[in-house]
Amino acid sequence: MKAFTTHCGIAAPLLRINIDTDAIIPSREMRRVSKKGLGEGLFASSRYVMSDSRELNPDFILNKAEYANTTILLTGNNFGCGSSREHAVWALAEYGIRAIIAPSFGAIFYQNCMRNGILPVVLSNEAVMQLSDEIMQDPQKLKIEIDLQEQKVSSKKGLHFEFDIETGSKEMLLNGLDSIGLTLQYEADIKAFEQQTQKQHSWLYLQN
Amino acid sequence: MSKTLFQKIWDAHQVKSLPDGTYLIYIDRVFLHERTGSIALQSLAEAGRKVRHPEQVFCTMDHIVDTFPGRGDDTVMPSGKDFIQATRKEAKAAGITLFDIGDEQQGIAHVISPELGIVQPGLTLVCPDSHTCTQGALGAAAWGIGSSEAEHAMATQTLRINKPKLMRVWFEGELNSCVTAKDMILHLISKFGAHGGAGHAIEFAGPTVEALSIEARMTLCNMAVEFAAFTGLVAPDQKTIEYLEGRPYVPKGEQWHQAVEYWHSLVTDDDALFDTEIKIDVAEIEPTITWGTSPQHACGISQTVPELESLASEDARTAATRALAYQALQPGDKLLDLKIDCAFIGSCTNSRIEDLRKAAAILKGRKVASHVKAICVPGSQQVKAAAEREGLHQVFLDAGFEWRESGCSMCFYAGGEHFGKQQRVLSTSNRNFESRQGPETRTHLASPETVAASALNGCITDPRTMMRTN
Repeated sequence: MKAFTTHCGIAAPLLRINIDTDAIIPSREMRRVSKKGLGEGLFASSRYVMSDSRELNPDFILNKAEYANTTILLTGNNFGCGSSREHAVWALAEYGIRAIIAPSFGAIFYQNCMRNGILPVVLSNEAVMQLSDEIMQDPQKLKIEIDLQEQKVSSKKGLHFEFDIETGSKEMLLNGLDSIGLTLQYEADIKAFEQQTQKQHSWLYLQN
Repeated sequence: MSKTLFQKIWDAHQVKSLPDGTYLIYIDRVFLHERTGSIALQSLAEAGRKVRHPEQVFCTMDHIVDTFPGRGDDTVMPSGKDFIQATRKEAKAAGITLFDIGDEQQGIAHVISPELGIVQPGLTLVCPDSHTCTQGALGAAAWGIGSSEAEHAMATQTLRINKPKLMRVWFEGELNSCVTAKDMILHLISKFGAHGGAGHAIEFAGPTVEALSIEARMTLCNMAVEFAAFTGLVAPDQKTIEYLEGRPYVPKGEQWHQAVEYWHSLVTDDDALFDTEIKIDVAEIEPTITWGTSPQHACGISQTVPELESLASEDARTAATRALAYQALQPGDKLLDLKIDCAFIGSCTNSRIEDLRKAAAILKGRKVASHVKAICVPGSQQVKAAAEREGLHQVFLDAGFEWRESGCSMCFYAGGEHFGKQQRVLSTSNRNFESRQGPETRTHLASPETVAASALNGCITDPRTMMRTN
């Protein structure tokens, strides 16, 4: 997994609540049995003029010149709600998004971000609005900086916000660790747990 | 110490409290489908990792498989065949159980898992599908995950997770005529918002929930994720045990008795504490329907689309304005009598035998309005077979409904079949998001009774006006 330590990038405000994973990537864009090739389908329903074309919709924020090379999204409550499709996160990552700042996230989406090197930052609605108001003045210049180690978000004009993140996910992101590899270090504990419960709740273990 | 139901299940599955503050939780069952499971299996194999307990892992073909009679690996969705064939190949290589096309046990994951007794009270089950919370109706901790987490669960039989907060939603009072579990959950979400349950494992409880059938409890738990909850669950009771007895994957003989004894202990202790409690008197609920593009955009069927000023926040007003433009509605519009183009009865929310019986009771001897395209997709091949034994399929066909093979079908648009641009669909499914059921399709969520009654009249119809007085 790609590590996340610090990042300074162009941010785009998508200030709506409840942006669901169908909106982030419609099911029709998930064409192959693969985690790759999904960037083009990102926000397809709003990014293109027609659902079956690739003609860019000039009104969609990420298509505007001032938001070219966006790497951070500023958005509303419950971002990534809905379908569990990890394709939403793979599409965001392939497009180049490194962090998303929102008051809250869909639970499965949040976890999927953590497993794919995208940092979901929870800040208050007010903080998201303040950051948006600032960067909108000149998006290409007024970049946002995120420091995961310090758990801080800063703007060029001096806004500073601290955010919370669970220690485990933070370590994994900072070091780009593979969660399966980490868990397999506890093999002895898992085995001991299985032996214990096989005695107590034997029916839980099916036989082939 | 007094404990809630969820806490009891959690404690019985905690392998280890990790130094980073998360918990290593043992996962008893993993369920997959061809849409996201194919990638998880493939990625696991590419990493050279094995499925730790293949006998605990199940997979179905439900998401992109066609539902037309005589279906095979080819799909209306372009490239659907690749997903189906990759899933079959990977499932075989991994040694897991696959309910393939043509299998009489095939169906939607969250319909067949309870039907086959794969989910049971007190166990943990995960699936790379957000509606896995449906299965909490059996008293299990069942929740949706991503593909990477599915790989983790298969490789290690555990997940590293944070402990969710605990909520109890207490329903009391007697349900009004034609008010169902679907109306209860839509009402809850409309009242507290699509974000109302965020971060919580929700126990649905109270006399009204106890009185619900197991299938109705599944409908209730199904939409916990639309409430942003970690999962939803209902304490197992005698009904749960009777529902499970004799199903293929439940314990047999002495093990059955041991399991039942354990299941009886899976209740929230009297003085156990929840982080959040909500109480709802169901007498205030009428048949409920959505008007917008979020499940929180719902109201009683006799009400009008809310005025924007009545909404709580600027965010909500902005979202509602966009939703109403998409749905071609105005604040103050009446929902009753609004013309519809399509009716869909199916999905993991409402495609079980009781749902079909309720819809059929309204449809029997009547015809769907001539301009309405109406489709019924049973949730599993077993539901379909049971309906056909009862003659329900004939009721649907005679009324003018299509009668399909089981699958998720047009609950969502995967690039194949869809309802058409700007078509107004009355649907028993769970998501009314923009373009969910097709590009620009306008979805209204409701119960099977409401969908059936509306299909007949060709416009949104209160099912209470279509009930027969025997």
